[in-house]
Order: sequence, then C-alpha cells, then structure tokens
Amino acid sequence: MAVLRLRFTKTKRDKLAQVLWILNWISVVTGVILFSLGLFLKVEINKRGELMAERDIQYVPNMLIAVGIIACAINFLGGKICYDCVDTTKFLRWKLIMLPYIICTFFFTFCVLVGALMCYSMHGELEESLNLGLAEAIRFYKDTDTPGRCFLKRTVDMLHIEFQCCGNNGYKDWFQIQWISNRYLDMSKKEVADRLRSNVEGKYLIDGVPFSCCNINSPRPCIQQQITNNSAHFNYEHQTEELNLWMKGCRQALLEYYTHIMQSIGLTVLITWLFELSVLTGVRYLQTSLENVLRQGDLDSESDGWLLENSFMETARTNLNIIKSLGKSNQIDTGALT
Amino acid sequence: MVVMKMKFPFQKRVKLAQGLWLLSWCAAISGAITFSLGCILKTELRRRAEVMDNSDIHVVPNTLMIVGLASLGINYFASKICQDALDAGRFPRWKNMLKPYFAVSCFFTVLMLLAVIMSFAMKGSLESSLKVGLRNGIRFYKDTDTPGRCFQKQNIDRLQMDFHCCGNNDFRDWFEVQWISNRYLDFSSKEVKDRIKSNVDGRYLLDGVPFSCCNPSSPRPCIQFQLTNNSAHYNYDYQTEELNIYLRGCREALVHYYMGLMNAIGAGVLSVFLLQASVLVSLRFLQTSMEAVAGNENTEIETEGYLLEKPLKETIMEYIEPVMKFFLLTNQVEEGTPGAPAST
Repeated sequence: MAVLRLRFTKTKRDKLAQVLWILNWISVVTGVILFSLGLFLKVEINKRGELMAERDIQYVPNMLIAVGIIACAINFLGGKICYDCVDTTKFLRWKLIMLPYIICTFFFTFCVLVGALMCYSMHGELEESLNLGLAEAIRFYKDTDTPGRCFLKRTVDMLHIEFQCCGNNGYKDWFQIQWISNRYLDMSKKEVADRLRSNVEGKYLIDGVPFSCCNINSPRPCIQQQITNNSAHFNYEHQTEELNLWMKGCRQALLEYYTHIMQSIGLTVLITWLFELSVLTGVRYLQTSLENVLRQGDLDSESDGWLLENSFMETARTNLNIIKSLGKSNQIDTGALT
Repeated sequence: MVVMKMKFPFQKRVKLAQGLWLLSWCAAISGAITFSLGCILKTELRRRAEVMDNSDIHVVPNTLMIVGLASLGINYFASKICQDALDAGRFPRWKNMLKPYFAVSCFFTVLMLLAVIMSFAMKGSLESSLKVGLRNGIRFYKDTDTPGRCFQKQNIDRLQMDFHCCGNNDFRDWFEVQWISNRYLDFSSKEVKDRIKSNVDGRYLLDGVPFSCCNPSSPRPCIQFQLTNNSAHYNYDYQTEELNIYLRGCREALVHYYMGLMNAIGAGVLSVFLLQASVLVSLRFLQTSMEAVAGNENTEIETEGYLLEKPLKETIMEYIEPVMKFFLLTNQVEEGTPGAPAST
C-alpha cells in the first residue's frame, strides 16, 4: 500500500526531470541568498558588538551561513542528478546514490526548519545581551582616556543619533551615573564639591544628558542640562515636553531593529524550507518512477512513482528492524571475540 | 578634398560591421548607465535643495539624462544600420535617413561632452547658490512657527550632523544671528535684556552654537555655550580646542561632496563619450564604404571609405545653410508684405 502513488508516462518523467533541474538551480540561488542573509546578520551584530555583553547569539548567523553553503552544494548535486535522469542510461550512474541523497536532503530540510525557528527564538538572549551591554557602555561613557574604552563615548553618541534613542530604558538612566569625567570638573568650585558630597559614592550626578540625546524635531533649541528643573528654563514643563529629547530607550530601539531583521530573515528561510521540501518530493517521485521502469525492463513504458513503498507504519517498522539487526550483529561480533 | 580616406577590402568591411554591432550594444548600455548617473545626481541635489538658493546646477543632471536617453536611441539605430549594411538589398532603405541621423547623433555626442565640461565648470555657481541658501537657512533657523520655514531648523540640524560641519563659513556664523526664538526668551530676566540692548538691531546674540555642531569624537562632553569664554569652562582653551565642535563650514563640506560626485560622474561620462564617438566614426566609415559598393554586381570589391566628402568648414556650411535660408526667407517675406499695400 504505497503512500501517494502516481502514474508516470515517459514524457511525464522527462518533463519532471527537466522541471526539477531548473528548480534545483533556483534552489542553489536561494542557498546563496540564505548564505548572504546569514553574513548580513553576522555583520550587523558585530557592528554593535561593543554594546552587547557576552552572550551566545553568534550561533544564529553561523547556522544560517552553514545551511546556505550546504543548500548550495546539495542542490547543485541534485541539479546534476536530475539533468542526467532524462537519459535513462545516465541514470544508472546515480542509481545507488539517489536514495542516500534523498535521505540526507530530508534531514537537511529539518536543519533549515530549525534555522528558521532559531531566528525567532533569539529574541530573549538578544534582549538580555543588549540590556547588560548598554548599561556598561553608559557607565564607561566618560572613560575616554582608558585604553579599550576611548571610543565608547563616540559609539554611544552615534547610537543615540542613528537610532533616535537615549539611554538604556530612557533618558533618566543618565541621571544615575557620572558621565562627565573628573578631568573636566573644577574641584575647587563649591557647586561641584556639593554635588560630589551629596551621594554616597562621591559621584558627580546631574539631571542632564549628553548632546546626542537631543531631538532634532524639537521647535526650540535643545535643553540638555537641568532637565527636571522647570524654573531653570523659560516656558518649559518637563513632564509634558516630548519633543525636546529622544524619549525611546536604546535597548528597545536596537531590539526592534534586530527583531525586524530577524523576522524578515526567518520568513525567507521558511519559504526556502517549503521550496526545498517540494523539490525533494519531486526528486523522490522521479527516483521511484525510474527505478520501477528499470524493474519492468521496458524503458519507454509507464511506471508508478510513490513517496513510500509501504504505508508509513510498515516503513518505520522495517527501518527499526534494520537498525536493531545492525546492533545485534555488533553483539554477535563481541560475543565471538570473548 | 576628402577627410581621412581609408581602403576597405571585403573582409575588413565584414569585420567592421560585426565589431560595430557589438560596440553599439555596449554604447547602448553605457547610455543607460549615463541616464542612471544623471538620475542619481539629480536625486542627491534635490535632497539638499532647501539649502540651495537656485537650481542652476540642475542643468548638469538634466543634460545627462537627456543625453543618456538619446544615446539609447542612437545606438539602437546604429546596430540596426550595421546589421543591414552587409545586405545589399536592405541597405538602400536607410539612404535618406543617414544624413539627419548623423547630424542628430553628432549634436547629442557634443552635448555629452558639454555636460562633462559643465560638471567641472559649474563649481562657482554651486558655491554661490549654497552661500546664499545656507545664510538664509541659518537666519531662519529659529522660525519654527513660521509656515514655510518650520522645517528649516530640522534641515540645518540634520545637515550639520550628516556632513560634520557647522555654520556657513564656520561656526562663528552662529554668533552673528539670533538662533534662539523670542518665544523661549524670558524678557523679564536682566541678562536677556542686556544682550538685546547691546546691539543695534535688538537681537539676542550669544557666543553659542546649536547642539548639532557638536563633534561626537570629542573626549569631553560638548561645550556649545560661551565658546569664546575660556574661564567659563574648566581646562578649556577655545583657540586650541579642535575636537569640541565641527570646525569645517557647511558650504565647504557640501561643495566638496558635490564636486567629488560630479567629478566621478564626469570621468565616467567622458569614457562613454569616447565610446559613442568611436561608434559614430565607425558607422560613418561603414556607410561610405558600402555606398561605393552600390550598383556593382560584385559585392566583394575593395572600396574606399571616408569621414567627410568635403573639408570640415564646407560640410558645416552645407548643414547650416538650409537652416539659415529658412530663417532668412521668413524674414524677407515678412519685410515684403507690409510694403506691398503702401505701393498700391
């Protein structure tokens, strides 16, 4: 009782082989697309590497790159096989390889599906990595004289400007750390000394933000110092003022950006997976119909093609028995040795 | 006195036709590239149109687009002509079209060269347009409540951040203009009143710049107010401080950017011009050598090809004469008719 049996005439078989040849080449192109998407994601993550804490997020682009390369190779081989299948004499060359090829490709499509699902699952890890990374970056903003951190100020400023965001969760994060280096503070002034004494750790904390948090859409010149002090500025109410600074936090902005990229990539990979599966089904039909033709002897006659020779349960049982007997033969060997 | 006579045996004619067919398709693609380069340049110029006073510079991308499209047509016909050239039966139908075709093609090829020259020569016009545009932009920076100028602040801020520049010539341009609107000035404060009284026009001038002039590469937090007052900031000397704000003027930055773009495009279009000119020259040789074959039974004879039948001056006069005659004739007729009723 074969699964999904179909009848194939000679012309139908030839047409199937030709169509599969073209589809395999299209799959090679999609493999290249997967590879380049993985590369793009890797580059994007590395670009903001300074703002991310050590977390295991590199596995997603690496997986995509590997899947892309393997897809290219598998579909290239598949294209060659289908091209040769039009001519039954050439098919004999590939006869023994085809079944293992189909099994490998079947497991490979699982990898593609896993790759697609990983794109959606990276969200949580990424958020935590960004949270820790941004908190560190804001803390070390003032350390432009410490080797290894000199460019952190520039990176954070450019991040604010590019992603139109301020701070980790919001602009208030800047009130809790000292972002002006001691090198630029006049310690002899009373105001500075007062501020340093006003908190336990002796930090110079102010209710001000760096210039990069300024919103360019604001109708008035940017207010970046004494933000919470309404009387310090004319006609200013900090609770209702929305256009003065960027209100969004950088963690949310970066997360949205990466989520958008990964959703697009995930969708593309899912479509590729469906495409690969359909190509695999076609190749399976081609293989079974050609084998049946050879079994019948007459190369021009009609033959049957199917997905599985027996029903699903029987095939599973047969394969399990094969695996069990392989195990048993090992045991006999060890028995003979002792 | 023929210009540039050359002998063409049959094989050479065949090779010329084949080579020309390939060359004309390459030139067609180059024409498409020229058109897209013109589009790119126009888009870039339009992006910063708010800081340009006039659109004189747009003649360069417009010419490039026209020339690109014309080149597509010219090269399409060139390939068709050289396909028919070796077939004695099909070639005569092009006979009447060839003179105007060459005239139009030469015109557009010369126009291409003019576009390249203009892209280098219009630097002065661009600079003066930017000078006036930026000056107005800085003057109207504070007018975010005036319709038609509400986005001037946004544009100038974005320009300064994108091009890493400040002001028109440099950051001191901001000291001469009131860039903080009166809506945000507390007129009851003594400091504000003093500043406004201190100059003739009653403007609130300060030695400060907008936040968009700040340089993110500076190791210290940005100093944008009291720039010339060393004692207002700790460990600060405004004469030696280079990293605090952008020192370059936006006019210089924009001119540098656009000239770089136009030079690169000009170099590309120059090579397209050379390709196009070679296509036309080869086509002319093919045409003249094939015309000598016409009428002969043996199509494989050796013929002579030339560029121009008469010397250059005479050829130009030959083309311009009909045009001149057309204009002179219409003038004569107009002069004649008012005189006629007077004589009767």
